[in-house]
Amino acid sequence: MSMPAYYTTKDKIWHYTFRVICFAIFFFLLAPILIMIPLSFNAQPFFTFTREMLTLNPEGYSLRWYRDFLGSDSWMRSIRNSFIIGIAATLVSTTLGTLAALGLSRSEMPAKGLIMGILISPMIVPLIISAAGMFFFFSSINIAQTYLGVVLAHAALGTPFVVITVTATLVGFDQSLTRAAANLGASPTRTFFKITMPLILPGVISGALFAFITSFDEIVVVLFVAGVEQRTIPREMWSGIREDISPTILAVATILVLISVALLTVVELLRRRGERLRGLSPQ
Amino acid sequence: MADATADGGLTGSHTDKRGRLLTSDGTPLRRALERANRRRKLTALALVAPLLAFILIFFAFPIAQMMWRSVDNPQVVNALPRTLDALQDWDGDALPPEPVFAALHADMVADLERPRREQAIGPLGIRLNYELSAARSAISRTTRDVANFEAPYSEAFTSAHRLWGDVELWRIIQREGRPLTLSYYVAALDREYDAQGNIVKRDENRRIYVSLFGRTLALSVAITAMTFLLGFPIAYYLSVLPMRYANLLMIAVLLPFWTSLLVRTSAWIVLLQQQGVINNTLVGIGLIDDAGRFSLIYNQTGTIIAMTHILLPFMVLPLYSVMRTIPPSYMRAAKSLGARPWTAFRRVYFPQTLPGIGAGGVLVFIISIGYYITPALVGGQTGRMISNEIARHIQQSLNWGLAAALGSMLLVGVLVLYWLYNRLVGADSLKFG
Repeated sequence: MSMPAYYTTKDKIWHYTFRVICFAIFFFLLAPILIMIPLSFNAQPFFTFTREMLTLNPEGYSLRWYRDFLGSDSWMRSIRNSFIIGIAATLVSTTLGTLAALGLSRSEMPAKGLIMGILISPMIVPLIISAAGMFFFFSSINIAQTYLGVVLAHAALGTPFVVITVTATLVGFDQSLTRAAANLGASPTRTFFKITMPLILPGVISGALFAFITSFDEIVVVLFVAGVEQRTIPREMWSGIREDISPTILAVATILVLISVALLTVVELLRRRGERLRGLSPQ
Repeated sequence: MADATADGGLTGSHTDKRGRLLTSDGTPLRRALERANRRRKLTALALVAPLLAFILIFFAFPIAQMMWRSVDNPQVVNALPRTLDALQDWDGDALPPEPVFAALHADMVADLERPRREQAIGPLGIRLNYELSAARSAISRTTRDVANFEAPYSEAFTSAHRLWGDVELWRIIQREGRPLTLSYYVAALDREYDAQGNIVKRDENRRIYVSLFGRTLALSVAITAMTFLLGFPIAYYLSVLPMRYANLLMIAVLLPFWTSLLVRTSAWIVLLQQQGVINNTLVGIGLIDDAGRFSLIYNQTGTIIAMTHILLPFMVLPLYSVMRTIPPSYMRAAKSLGARPWTAFRRVYFPQTLPGIGAGGVLVFIISIGYYITPALVGGQTGRMISNEIARHIQQSLNWGLAAALGSMLLVGVLVLYWLYNRLVGADSLKFG
């Protein structure tokens, strides 16, 4: 947004004011997340900067809360649970979601709008309602408070993301490639694994990442459907915030921020690669 | 396949007597095509079927079942069939006559003889308690001695618990003695039945839910407005920057979007607490004194600030994608035709951003209206929303019918909004990241 030469003083003032406003909003977006990182190294059990921290005295900083986190059985169990549940749910939702996206993007698919509406409904319905419904239903078939129950619930919540991302990838898909494969004598299965799958893989992986992060970050359903044994990281943070709030939460939060930075990078790289592969030039 | 090609496919010999085209194996082409089409349709359906079945069983059915709870009313019918029969001619003015009490006695004695798991008296007590507090204790106290009751039963019952002498309880039993009920919705709308069975408003101090729905709507409107006010400038700024810088600054929008919800909520707790970063800084630089610390959290302010931060990316992303497509030449043309900057913005630029505003606004509104976690953690008493009340009824007060009625009303509201959103922008345009 370079400034044209004909700008009057008033224009210039507005130009700079607008920039200041914008950066204040960017600050509002980032600051709360970034401020937790230094606070997680606090040597005192406070949620605020101590005098030592402000004067950059090394004694004001410590890894105390990280040690606390790593030494706690319940936190370690919650990490294990988050990954077990997240990976299992991602496998279910990616498999089912990719198949469904392949079907939905065929031109001869009947009742496409209705089916698409049903398939993405888990994304629309407020979580509290999904959670309440699953709580009653899973209790009645005795899978509440089991890993199976939480995995199935999270798989259902993750599928819309897979369906939407893979369908979007298939929009740019050149169907003549599969016809060519069939013409050369490949079976439908072989065509799928040799031609279709490599091309839509970036979409499938980013859909899977969305499904994983949905499960990894999900808390409402966990509150209703999971038992003590299935507590995930968000569930443990929830009790941490409600019951005994300690800076350990900030240490966990810092680690989670780093995980999300990593995931964000992967998704962005995949998106670019997918566009290149399908010949949609990056703009 | 190879034979068909060698044969020449659809050459002259492949027509029947009436001149219809045939395939190489002699079936009419039309039928063969139809069959192939049907097969392709079935393949497409078969690909979608597993997920469709999964979603219907583990998602749609549980929700339908939960909504059914909001009208399902089996407790009185199961527990007191004889009493309901005897009550059929009762006019509801005075206490029911002796035969009704005898039937009640027979019902309760019969119930006690059933295996413990099938007894219907426990659920009956819970059910009646929703309508009249103390009903549960009346029933459980009576159940203990009912086997020893002797005629006249009306005296035996009223001396076991005074509530049996209350016409109100009998009216409730008669009214709820049907397999379906509207009473959960009546309660969810802050209404109740009066002595004549009319639906009337509750006492002023017992009205909760309508104002809670109103507050949920007001908070959602406030949050949507805030995300618009903050999102519009930065979406515009990002859209006019060269792609290289825009992608870099986009990280500021995407990082919060990808960060765990609980991380962001706890960040706001850290910042906004009485002893938190903001208050301490203000005290530290002497802007306020120690007693004048702001209460920024555990109230509506906390809910609005935290949720604006959490939902801001949902407003910025659709706005940005719309603004990117607006050619800058339109604004230049307007200005060169003599429009003041403000007029050019208002009459030329702004109307073109309306699809983005609509999409982002409805999206933020839909998400915030059903939000649970953040209001529960930072909302305190005044920042609670309808979701929190639903959760309370499921987990603490155990009034599942009322929770289902509140939930069904919320769900219908969200679905209507989503339908609007679909009309505005189409669900396909939902994108992430």
